[in-house]
Amino acid sequence: MNRTDQWKLASVLLVTVIAVWYLFPSYQFYANYYNRTTQQLASVSSEKLASLRKKAIHLGLDLQGGMHLVLEVDRSKMNAAEGKDAVDRAMEVLRQRIDQFGVAEPLIQKEGEDRIVIQLPGLTERKRALDLIGKTALLEFKLVRTAEETRSVFDRLDGYLATHATATDTALRRTALSSHVLSMDFAAFVRSEDLPAVQQLLATPGLDSIIPGDAQLLWGAPEAASQGVTGRYLYVVKREPEMKGGSIATANAQIGLESTNPGSWGVSMKMTPTGRIDFARITGANIGRNLAIVLDGVISSAPVIRDRIPTGDASITGGSFNIETARDLAIVLRAGALPAPVHVLEERSVGPSLGSDSIQEGVLAAMIGTVMVCVFMLVYYQFSGLVAIVAMVLNIFYLLAGLAGLGATLTLPGIAGIVLTVGMSVDANVLVFERIREELRNQKSVRQSVQLGYDRAFRTILDAHVTTIISSVFLFQFGTGPIKGFAITLIIGLIANLFTNVFMTRMVFDFMLSRGKAETLSI
Amino acid sequence: MLQMLIGTNLPFMQYRRFAYLFSAALLAASIGWLVIHGGPYLSVDFTGGAVLQIRTSQVLPPDRVRQVLDGTGFRGVELQQMTGQNRDEFLLRFKAEAQDPFPSIQKALADRFPGVTVELRRKETVGPKVGSELQHKAIWAVLWSLGGILLYVGIRYEFKFAFGAVVSLFHDILITLGFLCFTGREVSLTVIAALLTIAGYSINDTIVVFDRIRERSKALRKEKHSRVMDIAVNETLSRTVITSLTVFLAALSLFIWGGEVLRDFSFAMLIGVGFGTYSSVYVASALALDIWILLERRKGVQAG
Repeated sequence: MNRTDQWKLASVLLVTVIAVWYLFPSYQFYANYYNRTTQQLASVSSEKLASLRKKAIHLGLDLQGGMHLVLEVDRSKMNAAEGKDAVDRAMEVLRQRIDQFGVAEPLIQKEGEDRIVIQLPGLTERKRALDLIGKTALLEFKLVRTAEETRSVFDRLDGYLATHATATDTALRRTALSSHVLSMDFAAFVRSEDLPAVQQLLATPGLDSIIPGDAQLLWGAPEAASQGVTGRYLYVVKREPEMKGGSIATANAQIGLESTNPGSWGVSMKMTPTGRIDFARITGANIGRNLAIVLDGVISSAPVIRDRIPTGDASITGGSFNIETARDLAIVLRAGALPAPVHVLEERSVGPSLGSDSIQEGVLAAMIGTVMVCVFMLVYYQFSGLVAIVAMVLNIFYLLAGLAGLGATLTLPGIAGIVLTVGMSVDANVLVFERIREELRNQKSVRQSVQLGYDRAFRTILDAHVTTIISSVFLFQFGTGPIKGFAITLIIGLIANLFTNVFMTRMVFDFMLSRGKAETLSI
Repeated sequence: MLQMLIGTNLPFMQYRRFAYLFSAALLAASIGWLVIHGGPYLSVDFTGGAVLQIRTSQVLPPDRVRQVLDGTGFRGVELQQMTGQNRDEFLLRFKAEAQDPFPSIQKALADRFPGVTVELRRKETVGPKVGSELQHKAIWAVLWSLGGILLYVGIRYEFKFAFGAVVSLFHDILITLGFLCFTGREVSLTVIAALLTIAGYSINDTIVVFDRIRERSKALRKEKHSRVMDIAVNETLSRTVITSLTVFLAALSLFIWGGEVLRDFSFAMLIGVGFGTYSSVYVASALALDIWILLERRKGVQAG
């Protein structure tokens, strides 16, 4: 074997060893630790698991199952200064919420000016995650107006409606607001059946101007009960909050916070030192009045202040909590409120069953496709076909190692890309072999034919790879997640193919030729 | 050794008019379809809206499911039962993003068909803003890729070859798009990826033929132009067909066994590779020949 060929062999071996090095964690992870229950994983340290997972080939959401979200932060109600770091603050809040949710490798990234991309692989509780992420969680404490003040506001509203009602439902027009109210104290109770009517009346244009500027109408929690009837409370509160969510130090889900309903769950909150002082002051100054705990514009409860409360304890209750919703609310309160509301611009969720089906189908297609191509190559080109097949297998190996090494993600289109690479990688060899056959037909010697075959075909092979790589590069640039996976698979596969074609297959032929007189070539 | 397509002497160029007619007909059909229907069926990626893929524990009759949907207030939702082994799965398409319709649909179905569980396999919601952005991205990707490839071909070959290559490229993409539309398949981002891969790949075969022409044109100076082209195409025929065959086998495997999600993609690849080969042999070469003849005749040389 001459020097050039020795170098070639050395490089192929080196690259192969490096590939094994990069691929080994993937083998370890997927063979032993993927899709195992927590019990089975208990024997492995979490650092080792995390490091293996990081080094292994990442599976895309379409293969693992999980959720991909693109959120837009609504900065329309903020001024320029607040708006600038609103997105970063929102990301921080979301990061904390998601951390406590317990997903293995969450991804939170800023995209553009006001978008946040969140990826939660392996997520199974879609609804819960959406609720957790989407909640603005603005917590405010507002004083409720006294019964007389509430009454007078309602009288004013009735007076306005009597003259200005524009309700489309004629039966509703010009009815007093109070006529739909069941009872009135410091808050009005509206029966469930009457809710649509009241909401329509409240939507009457111009009604807002009748409400005193320092007051606000807020609804209480849905499905409240009063005297055996379900409905909702409607409160008149002071618009300016006494305290905000920033005063909360920590929150925990607890059972038995409501004396009237000891079996129900709620969230107990502890305040910061300054919060405690403020809270003591507010409660001390307003004994006998109700303090409404407002979460995202809905009053969760409005207990009466009996005493000055120096301990800074408060709780959110209200029969509709179960252990999960209470825990999630605690998570959200701990992480803090989002500085601005977020809208979901794009959501792609794949259930775990579809994910594993996709993997199975993709792998099956890959195997069958590979077998078909291999059979053809062996039958048509015999021994040379075998050389081409070995080169193809090495290609796939290098391709997977490249994906692992780059930390790229394998998606379902990526698996399709692997299957296509199988087809394309033998093409380079076909081009060479056909050329060699042609020269052999022209009565050239075996040695000359091989040389001519490789030399003449090289330019064409290069062109073919360049054109496909060009389109893959732009696909990568403009594509979204799964498409990026496809593009990168093609690109790495084609580069690997050039490598094995130039270095490996030619070396094999040269080696065989150098061994002695080759009369015929199995091609 | 096993050989095929060696020593052929098929008079391709003689019958190139038929090829022109065939291609023109297909192109007209494809473009006509696109114009009449205002474009291909775009997936939710591009139109915005939502898609829900659900699986029921038993195969349910689609008209009953339709009734349940209508009754639950989802009248405008498009329902499609999936085919073959996946008849227990349905695709629901919502025109506007729906605020999590699945729980109410699940409940309604469970009420109507007691004992049947409904599972959410996949959900995709794309807001209108994102939908139009993805459209733009797809268009840019296509334009840049085609531009890059054309630039490359323009540098490598003279005008008469480059023109033929360019036309055959557009020909392949348009006809593949046409077939996608005729068969009612959706154009999604993945399908765009297939089209671009076809673009890169279809040029390869054309390059093989053109390289051969370049190599042999000196030696064959005495021959008629159409004969030179024929010789070149025949000599490279085995190479062209076999390289396409290997990719075709790979795409076929994907189409049959690769699963529902990849079906539109692999279908596009199959059509694209098939027509890519045809267009390299006929469209690109024939056009190159005719331009060559035209140019030579302008120079006053006898050509045919």
